[in-house]
Amino acid sequence: MVRYTVYRLLWLVPTVVAMALVTFVVMHATPGSPLDPIAEGANPLSPEAQKNLAAAYGLDKPLWEQFGIFIVKALHGDFGQSFVYKTRTVGEILVETFPISLFLGSMALAIAVTGGIALGVLAAVYQNRSWDYLCVSMATLGVSVPNFVLAVFLIVLFSFVIPLFPTGGWGSPQDWVLPAVTLALGPLGIIARFTRSSMVEVIRSDYIRTARAKGLAEQPVILKHVFKNALIPVVTLLGPLFAAVGTGSFFVESIFRVPGMGRFFVLSMTGRDYPMIMAVVLIYGVFLALMNLLVDLTYGFIDPRIRY
Amino acid sequence: MALSTPASDTSVPAPGGPVPGALTWARGESQGSSLWRDAWRRLVRNKLAVVGGLTVIVLCLVAIFADFLAPYPYTKANFGAIYEFPSRTYLLGTDQLGRDVLSRLIYGARVSMLVGLGAQVIVVLIGVPIGLVSGYLGGRVDLFLTRFVDVMYAFPQLLFVILVMSMLGAGLMNIFIAIGFTGWVGIARQTRAQVLSIKETEFVEGARALGAGFFRQVTRHILPSALTPIVVSVTFGIPQAIFTEAALSFIGVGINPPTPSWGQMVGENQQFLRSYWYLCVFPSIAIAITMLSFTFFGDGLRDALDPKMK
Repeated sequence: MVRYTVYRLLWLVPTVVAMALVTFVVMHATPGSPLDPIAEGANPLSPEAQKNLAAAYGLDKPLWEQFGIFIVKALHGDFGQSFVYKTRTVGEILVETFPISLFLGSMALAIAVTGGIALGVLAAVYQNRSWDYLCVSMATLGVSVPNFVLAVFLIVLFSFVIPLFPTGGWGSPQDWVLPAVTLALGPLGIIARFTRSSMVEVIRSDYIRTARAKGLAEQPVILKHVFKNALIPVVTLLGPLFAAVGTGSFFVESIFRVPGMGRFFVLSMTGRDYPMIMAVVLIYGVFLALMNLLVDLTYGFIDPRIRY
Repeated sequence: MALSTPASDTSVPAPGGPVPGALTWARGESQGSSLWRDAWRRLVRNKLAVVGGLTVIVLCLVAIFADFLAPYPYTKANFGAIYEFPSRTYLLGTDQLGRDVLSRLIYGARVSMLVGLGAQVIVVLIGVPIGLVSGYLGGRVDLFLTRFVDVMYAFPQLLFVILVMSMLGAGLMNIFIAIGFTGWVGIARQTRAQVLSIKETEFVEGARALGAGFFRQVTRHILPSALTPIVVSVTFGIPQAIFTEAALSFIGVGINPPTPSWGQMVGENQQFLRSYWYLCVFPSIAIAITMLSFTFFGDGLRDALDPKMK
């Protein structure tokens, strides 16, 4: 177990370096430079100013050296100064915004897990009957419809038609409801569909037939025997899902005006904020890898058939 | 295919000799049902899939015949009627330049369908060969390719697409390339997994023993058997690509205006949701319907081709 964990953690290093390298290369291959004026059609800075700026940000060095400097500094937790928010470091910005996204993502995941499992179980128990179709349709809605479209529908329904929640902002707990639900619907659908097929598979297995044959009532069969076993594969989903919702969504955060880090996934890219791009990609990658590791380790606990 | 045993299984017919019952059951079995015909029968029995499939066909027709269906050209501005509420002249209202929302929606279908299909062509052309080679050759090539795929998987996909888009610039062709460039990973992985199991089967070994080369084995034997999961994966890839285009256009790095795209319409008007809800809601409904129909159809297709689960 310890050996396995260490092995996995060690694999993290080359993966993250490869990710950093790919991002770095694509980023610099992109035409345009951070030294270009931000306003469209504005006059470019004078060559001397550009030179000075490049020197100040270390952009004048050869690319391989820039990459080396970035890696060394990142290892010390220093991601550099943001090119867009010039007075602040990337670290400061992320320390402020990441917790908000993480909080919103955790709420969304909690909703998704409870709702998704409930829908999936209902659908499997009433397989191929109207309850099943209802649950599957709701799950499909969450899976397939983009969350900015869901956000529009939810705002129209719950802010305009029935004025229950504000359309945006991030002050009171009331503001949390709509963004969290919007963010939750996608993962909820994925979890529900996965739970359903996993339950259906277990319901058909021999040991469930045995449980029924010995006269066990339907409820304990489903709750004690099917549910416990069917849930194991669902756990594997949680890692990538949490990584996706926990790092913030550009769409949900911009529509509901949530001050999280989701917007940097897009703004850093369009603003050519090199240090921010690197930081955001790496946070996502490391978060995803750690979550997957955590899931794999928990997996060994809840399913004793698995050995490392 | 299967030899159905006649009810009275009394005598084993002598080889070559006239067999009394043989003619009858041979005739009965000659109408064997193929995998595809079975799948088709299961597909048409699935109501959601049929509705989804029909909607997809309608959307394609709308996209093809947009020129005849749209009441106005999509660029025609009427500055006397901006932000007009849906009325008889403008069925779904007008936008900030007085352009007809319905016409723009109809032309938007064209963009969505083109992106959905076009991007999948690129995805298949990149992903399937890589999966085939990786799975068939194995060894170091396979190790390198799977590692590369793993790294690609670790990227937040949308972010990577935006990176590529900002490298290439906005535009329909570039969206194909960006989605193709980032989307082949899943299908490559799936093809590889299929090839790994199929290349060990006896019929492929037989082909190999008879002297079939790599190309013949792959094109005549392995690929046809691996086709089902690839087809299913493509059906799910189409709405994925449509989603990506909508998201890119929402951000403003997708389709160049004035060409209308549903995602762009939602993105541009999202701030005015309170005052002009219809500008946002109708394209949202269009996106939702498209995505749902493709997903229902894909679900039905998967169940039909792989009937073990249901």
